[in-house]
Parts: sequence; structure tokens; C-alpha cells
Amino acid sequence: MDHLDGNALAGPLADYFAFDVTEARARCNGCGEVAEFARALVFASPAGTVVRCSSCDHVLATLVEAGERAWLGLSGVSALEVRRA
Amino acid sequence: MSFVTRGFGGGSRDRDDRLPPGQTLVQDFPVLSAGPTPEVDTGEWEFRIITEAGTHRWSWDEFNALPSEDIATDIHCVTHWSKLGTSWRGVSLDTLFENVESQFDYVMARSYGGYTTNVPLDELLDGQAWVATEFDGEPLDPEHGGPARLLVPHLYFWKSAKWVRSLVMMPRDDPGFWEQNGYHLHGDPWQEERYW
Repeated sequence: MDHLDGNALAGPLADYFAFDVTEARARCNGCGEVAEFARALVFASPAGTVVRCSSCDHVLATLVEAGERAWLGLSGVSALEVRRA
Repeated sequence: MSFVTRGFGGGSRDRDDRLPPGQTLVQDFPVLSAGPTPEVDTGEWEFRIITEAGTHRWSWDEFNALPSEDIATDIHCVTHWSKLGTSWRGVSLDTLFENVESQFDYVMARSYGGYTTNVPLDELLDGQAWVATEFDGEPLDPEHGGPARLLVPHLYFWKSAKWVRSLVMMPRDDPGFWEQNGYHLHGDPWQEERYW
């Protein structure tokens, strides 16, 4: 299945974060790699969006959207580094 | 022509009663995936049932020596499409569990590539589920879960794990991948058990 790069997260995640999530750095629980979300691999399907670590394929985050509800999963991220203005 | 017949599937007028609520009929076979398609060589493929007492294993050749059956069934994806009268061939889980004993009532299906999904054991037995290796008379395409996928057609299709590798018995109904991330623990399409 083809995937997009993490810049594709800017639109879908803008509703949930007050900062630009693509610039945030995340630590992967799978391999420990710390990288900008923009570098992640994004697998988008009607079932949901799955964000994977570009180093080890581990699932970093998921987004499931259903009408008025959405589920944002960050089980594969130990922490996000956010730049403060 | 003196008159025009009304087309099939053109609207809600003649809704097929095989369609669960909220579903739309499709003729193609959409591909949904949570990641890259794993390349699974049948020479290295292995299917396992893992219990608290040990592991039952089948190589590809051993698996294909088991009695298999044709399955004609409707399938229902949680993304609102249904496909009626699909044709599969596979091994019934009744056959695979014939010599398996466990005190546990729940199963986690684990796939090549890391996908997981949970199903109660009593919903996998008595002719309700298979490990399928053929679709429409052809070996199962990798994008549809080949060489082998779980087939549990009475539940939403995310439960029919592509590239299935293991069934792991567990004492509680722990959530699998999508079930941890918003989707329903059970997934009955007739009850519209889509999300938490």
C-alpha cells in the first residue's frame, strides 16, 4: 500500500493540536528514534490513519474519525517535543 | 424500447435484506490496510495456535494437507461497504482447534506485519470462521491478506485478520489494534458495533 509522508498530517491533526504537529518531534517506543512527525510514514484508509516510524515501522499514532467523534491514539510515542513560540 | 426498467442498486427503494444497517453494496473489493503489505514466503510461512500449555504449528505443506472447504459468504466492512456472495476456500477453525485444549475463552489473532485483532473463541468455532487461502478460485492475493487470512464473516471485516500468523489464547478479551484505537471490542455488523 502506498503511503504519504508525515506532512500529510498537517490537515487531519490541525483540529486536535494547537501547534503544527508535523514540526513536533516524537520519540518512537519501538526503536527509540526521535524524529519530526513530518518524517513519519502515513497510511491513510477509510478505516483510519496509521502513522508509522520511518526507522522501524512501529505504529506511532492512529486517528479514527467517525462523524462527531474522533479517536487519536499515541500509543507508540513516549513523548512529543513541541517548539514554544 | 418502449419502457425502461429500473436499475438494480439505484437507491434505497429495494434494499437487500442481506445488507446490515448503514451498509452499501459494492461490486469491487476495496483494499484497506494499516501498513505495508508484508511479503510472506510460503516456504517460511507458519501458522500457530498458542495456548497456556504450548504451541501447535503447521507449515504451509502441513496446512494444505488439512481438509479444506468452500465458503460462500457475505462480508461487511466497517467503512460501510458490503460484498455479497463472496467465494473463499480455507480450513475451518473447528479443524485447527480439534486437538487444542485451553482454559481460556478469548483469542488474539496476530499477523505478519504486526496487526492484531481479538475475537471470543466461541465465535470462531461451530462453522463460523476459517483460515482462508483462496478467493474466487485463486490463491489469495497479498493485498487481500495472502497467503492466508482469518475469515470471520459474521463480524466486521477488520476482525478477518490479513496475513494471519498466530491465534493466541488469552484469559480476557483484550483489545487488538483497531479495538485499542476507537473500534468496537466485538464488531457485530447487524448491531452496528462500529466504535467504542
